[in-house]
Amino acid sequence: MLQVNDLHVTVEGKEILKGLTLTINAGEVHAIMGPNGAGKSTLSAVIAGKDGYEVTQGSITFEGQNVLEMEIEERAQAGLLLGFQYPVEIPGVKNIYLLKSALNAQRAARGEGEMPAPEFMKLVKEKLGFMKMDASFLQRAVNEGFSGGEKKRNEILQMLVLQPKLAMLDEIDSGLDIDAMKVVADGVNSLRAEERAILLVTHYQRLLDYIVPDKVHVLVDGRIVKTGDAELAKELEANGYEGIEESVA
Amino acid sequence: MASEEMEQLVRRDYKEGFVTDIESDTLPPGLDENTIAFISNKKGEPEWMLEWRLDAYRQWLKMQEPSWAHLDYPPIDYQAISYFSAPKRPEDRPQSLDEVDPKLLETYEKLGIPLHERAALAGVAVDAVFDSVSVATTFKKQLAEAGVIFCSISEAIRDYPDLIKQYLGTVVPVADNYFAALNSAVFTDGSFVFVPEGVTCPMELSTYFRINAANTGQFERTLIICESRAQVSYLEGCTAPMRDENQLHAAVVELVALDDAYIKYSTVQNWYPGDEDGKGGIYNFVTKRGECRGERARISWTQVETGSAITWKYPSCILRGKDSIGEFYSVAVTNGRQQADTGTKMIHIGEGTRSYIVAKGISAGKSDQSYRGLVKIGPRAKGARNFTQCDSLLIGDKCGAHTFPYQEIGNSTATIEHEATTSKIGEDQLFYCQSRGISEEDAVSMIVNGFCKDVFQELPMEFAVEAEALLNVTLEGAVG
Repeated sequence: MLQVNDLHVTVEGKEILKGLTLTINAGEVHAIMGPNGAGKSTLSAVIAGKDGYEVTQGSITFEGQNVLEMEIEERAQAGLLLGFQYPVEIPGVKNIYLLKSALNAQRAARGEGEMPAPEFMKLVKEKLGFMKMDASFLQRAVNEGFSGGEKKRNEILQMLVLQPKLAMLDEIDSGLDIDAMKVVADGVNSLRAEERAILLVTHYQRLLDYIVPDKVHVLVDGRIVKTGDAELAKELEANGYEGIEESVA
Repeated sequence: MASEEMEQLVRRDYKEGFVTDIESDTLPPGLDENTIAFISNKKGEPEWMLEWRLDAYRQWLKMQEPSWAHLDYPPIDYQAISYFSAPKRPEDRPQSLDEVDPKLLETYEKLGIPLHERAALAGVAVDAVFDSVSVATTFKKQLAEAGVIFCSISEAIRDYPDLIKQYLGTVVPVADNYFAALNSAVFTDGSFVFVPEGVTCPMELSTYFRINAANTGQFERTLIICESRAQVSYLEGCTAPMRDENQLHAAVVELVALDDAYIKYSTVQNWYPGDEDGKGGIYNFVTKRGECRGERARISWTQVETGSAITWKYPSCILRGKDSIGEFYSVAVTNGRQQADTGTKMIHIGEGTRSYIVAKGISAGKSDQSYRGLVKIGPRAKGARNFTQCDSLLIGDKCGAHTFPYQEIGNSTATIEHEATTSKIGEDQLFYCQSRGISEEDAVSMIVNGFCKDVFQELPMEFAVEAEALLNVTLEGAVG
């Protein structure tokens, strides 16, 4: 589904990713772990198309399409969706309006018409219930005045409504208490499907107790230095990243 | 007009001459007492009106053009302006839409303006009879049945002299400010509305439907009076960009609300802002003021300002009547090289008066915008309250936004609240929306409309829809 090949990325003249290679197949859940500054967030940002990241070498393809040549919205329309570590506040724009605009923009790109309002409301209410969110969330401005946990839940709510092919979640566990983490993890687990892949970027192992990955990659200094299964995450928890770095060196 | 003819006119004393035998319909540039006499005569005005104008002119001569606004424009040569011109003859106007600036037509298309109206707006000579004429006739009949007077100010001066004498210049005195004095001396067009006691005007009044209002005047004068318990909603302007030969516009609007009366005045203004360098745009120096003369009277200003090269405009309320209410809801958008210095004044005189200000400024391109607001609480205005919210949104990094709030509180029982924010349409907001599949253009429009929502919901329904479309067109290409 997603192939990242020998990716080199520079931010403000500094090379952050130094030849990263990664393949994700449909139905798989991947976790990328690594110490701060290793380039974890850079990877998902580059895939989503954020400004300010210069790809100097390598390629990213998604279902055979060259991702680097696509506009930001085209990537989302193709089924690549990024859940933010720090979701942005948009005053005056109702949450429900953003959801509806996003869903209909994606449907339009697929040549489908707008979803009829009753059907849309039914869908949203169902997902809202799943995320244990109150209906008043829909009428509030996007992320405005949301607590950290509410923001993260809102990101997952968007995923549940938009149903991406590849869901990328950047540090979705940061700032969550244990109850909120469980709700978020339930949301993510409900996305698991044969035709869908999930990419988790996280610093801590604890998220992976709730969302058990098929593959764990350790990202150190811009490169994936080790790949394993869920057990690898536990090893990291026990020994820290330093052990890995040493074994590589 | 030949120059010797003009000289003759100039030499002649206005009191004797000017009544007959003036063949030309257009005055050459220049302003003196004869110019004013010519205008007054052309309008068939009575003597007292001419005296009123001349008084204004004489006071204007002693005044200085204000320079306190945060605006930068070359000095205006008032002698280089023609103060009375007949509509352009058909042969001097574009003969078809093919001769009109394609960019203008593109805008009409985007705003969804019907074809036959596009031609009229672009100044094309057209013979077609508009639907609006018949609509207007129906309207007139309904209004007459309700007892509402709605006509041009010139007609009102001729037909309702007592009302004019009683109210004209009582809210904005002739020498109120430089531009108001100039307007008082030379105004040539505008509207007059009178809603008698206890009457709710049966429809929203719009200049658009006023018969004989084909040309927007350079110096418009509007007077609206609501007697006790009367109500009216008045719409001014048009979302379509209006071409106008006159660069300087100095309008005066006066509103008078008696006991329990309610006047709602909505403006959507989209005059030509000039080309990319700001050349040729309209200078708009407007004095708009309403007076709640009666108890529990309410005046509400709502404005959406997107046009003009220069905007100088502060719709205000004098809250004289006990428990009267003044409101100001404003969205001002500047793009390109536009400059706007706009805001409001709320003058609390009566006991228990309340005012509410919501001002939203959006600056894009290389534009510069200021909010300037005064809240004044007089010594007798016990328990007066004001709430002000003033938000600026910046798009790009070459524009500017400034806020100048003034407060003069002469009373310890007053309550004043002021909230202000300045934000930028951040790249991260855009990225967030785009990464959900929404195009950049739609994302900008979504963010901007969200920002303006509090004001748009004050507009009459169809105006609100048009205003949203207008905003999108105005800000097109503002990002990236």
